Amino acid sequence: MNGADPLLDLAGVEVHFPPRQRGGSVAKAVDGVDLQVRRGEVLALVGESGCGKTTLARAVLGLQPVTAGEIRFGGRPVDRTRAGLRALRRQAQLVFQDPTGSLNPRQTIYEIVAEGPRIHRLPDEQLLVTDALARCGLRPPERFVLRYPHELSGGQRQRVVIAGAMVMSPELLVADEPVSSLDASVRGEILRLLLELVHTQDVTVLVVTHDLGLAWNIADRIAVMYLGRIVEVGPAAEILEAPQHPYTRALLSVVPEAHRMDQEILIGEAPDPTRIPRGCRFNPRCPMLRSGRAEELGVASACQADDVALQPTDHDRAVACHAVHAAASPAAS
Amino acid sequence: MTGSAVLSVRDLHVTYHGSSGAVPAVRGVSLDVHEGETVGVAGESGCGKSTVAMALLRLLPAGTRTDGEILLDGEDVLAMRAGRLRAVRWAGASIVFQGAQHALNPVQRIGDQITEALRVHNIKGTKAGSLLELVGLPTRRADAYPHELSGGQKQRVMIAMALACDPRLLIADEPTTALDVMVQAQVLALLERIQSERGLATIFITHDLSVLSYVADRLVVMYAGRVAEEGPAAAVLDDPQHPYTRALAGAFPTIGDSASRFAPAGLPGDPPDPAAVPPGCAFHPRCPVVIDACPLTDVELRPVGDGDRRAACLLVPTVAGTLS
Repeated sequence: MNGADPLLDLAGVEVHFPPRQRGGSVAKAVDGVDLQVRRGEVLALVGESGCGKTTLARAVLGLQPVTAGEIRFGGRPVDRTRAGLRALRRQAQLVFQDPTGSLNPRQTIYEIVAEGPRIHRLPDEQLLVTDALARCGLRPPERFVLRYPHELSGGQRQRVVIAGAMVMSPELLVADEPVSSLDASVRGEILRLLLELVHTQDVTVLVVTHDLGLAWNIADRIAVMYLGRIVEVGPAAEILEAPQHPYTRALLSVVPEAHRMDQEILIGEAPDPTRIPRGCRFNPRCPMLRSGRAEELGVASACQADDVALQPTDHDRAVACHAVHAAASPAAS
Repeated sequence: MTGSAVLSVRDLHVTYHGSSGAVPAVRGVSLDVHEGETVGVAGESGCGKSTVAMALLRLLPAGTRTDGEILLDGEDVLAMRAGRLRAVRWAGASIVFQGAQHALNPVQRIGDQITEALRVHNIKGTKAGSLLELVGLPTRRADAYPHELSGGQKQRVMIAMALACDPRLLIADEPTTALDVMVQAQVLALLERIQSERGLATIFITHDLSVLSYVADRLVVMYAGRVAEEGPAAAVLDDPQHPYTRALAGAFPTIGDSASRFAPAGLPGDPPDPAAVPPGCAFHPRCPVVIDACPLTDVELRPVGDGDRRAACLLVPTVAGTLS
């Protein structure tokens, strides 16, 4: 893992959507994201629905134009021309969420997996397809190539989806909720496959999920997203065992998998990207502000007035929270 | 739990008759739910858990064969005449479905929809507004249309409607599955509060064992239309006896447990097709500890330890076996 040379480097990325009606507000789905994905790691981008995580993933894949900011892939800015995006889409592949909905029921497994190589006119298509199926655990591949999606089980279908991405030998896999539609007992097998691909095929994985248990299972690092921004980032085990941002803490406290914590159920309005609060965007729901802890640290007014950026805390961790920054700096003590 | 069972199900069998022949979805399920108790029913797709929920109030499609005994406060649901059944639905027992949001009429105000349910069942003295307050929504939301509410709020409205006739039993079928974690936590906390206030008996059906770990008193784990294991929820989750329960519990990692870090647990294979259930123990093709007798033996639930727990696995020593 090399921090100096990230595979993917996002700086100040914004994706804004124009209002649907005249007089409406701009939806700031992604609103200033700085994030690096390092070569060979599994980075979990976590957050609730509507936080902008899927929009950010689409921007990374070149499926969504960015309003501002820069995305660098492999050290170079992403070329947004037709040819540039075509090259990007060969190196960065998407793994779809629902294998039943994303596979064409009238195509054989062979045709499904061969689609990428055909579009990119790669030689040795047959070899690429059987090799990708085998690498994704569909062995022997000859048993699968002529079958149709409905003849396979849910777990096998998800392997086909992953094979369709791996056939391009991508550097980056973007997996959007890769196991949320699968049965619990099958989920572990697919996560194990993703880990195996990282270890044996030199692929880097950006996994978009709301599932913190999944992050515990496979992620090296975690980035927590709230209302279009990364609010906390760092090594997965440290974030899950000792979250610093009050939002991360609340999120973890309501996950049944981590019920050793006291529950901190957030109330108040659900986040709305067309109405981003002034100051820290989490302040209307922040338990630290409500409990008076922010006041004790002397940051309550800053929370409501000043925007807050990610700042390093411990080694390799960063948090965007006035209270955490104040508690960490010697001036406050 | 003390007192008699609000719901008592004995040897329930449900068989669907489709174009491809008979499909035995539920193959002999027994369970009891007492007042104030939450029984969690866990299992994966096709295990028959939702079929059980629908069978309890005879909501299955016509032509489905249901055998066994379903006693609601001692009265056999399967023997009820249509009029009595109609009264029992909602007043005796009511259901909150997954994605119940879609069950709301989009062109009718929330309050009017609740009032209609009250009127149909001749409930006097209860107002829609007070039911909304019960589920933590302001009374003025009665004027709202469904599209003006969030997913969590709509699920609260569905819970309010389910409680309108003050039922004895609440059947919750994946009530939080479509919701975000924070909203899920809000809805679960609400259900817990209402249940303890009213002493409701609750059946909570879900594929998510981690949710059941904090809502359920007792746990029933289903596989291929049968009960694989049952017992007090904490005991079953902490020390599963059936290899399927072990695998299912492992699929929901405990954050902080180093054994599951970079080691996602799963099971090879997929849940069986209800139309083609493997012979003997239905779990044997996927079982990590299968023995020669498994495909040949139709294993029954047998007591584990002091008898409050039961598991259907040949590797669980029988009481008779230890005595002889």
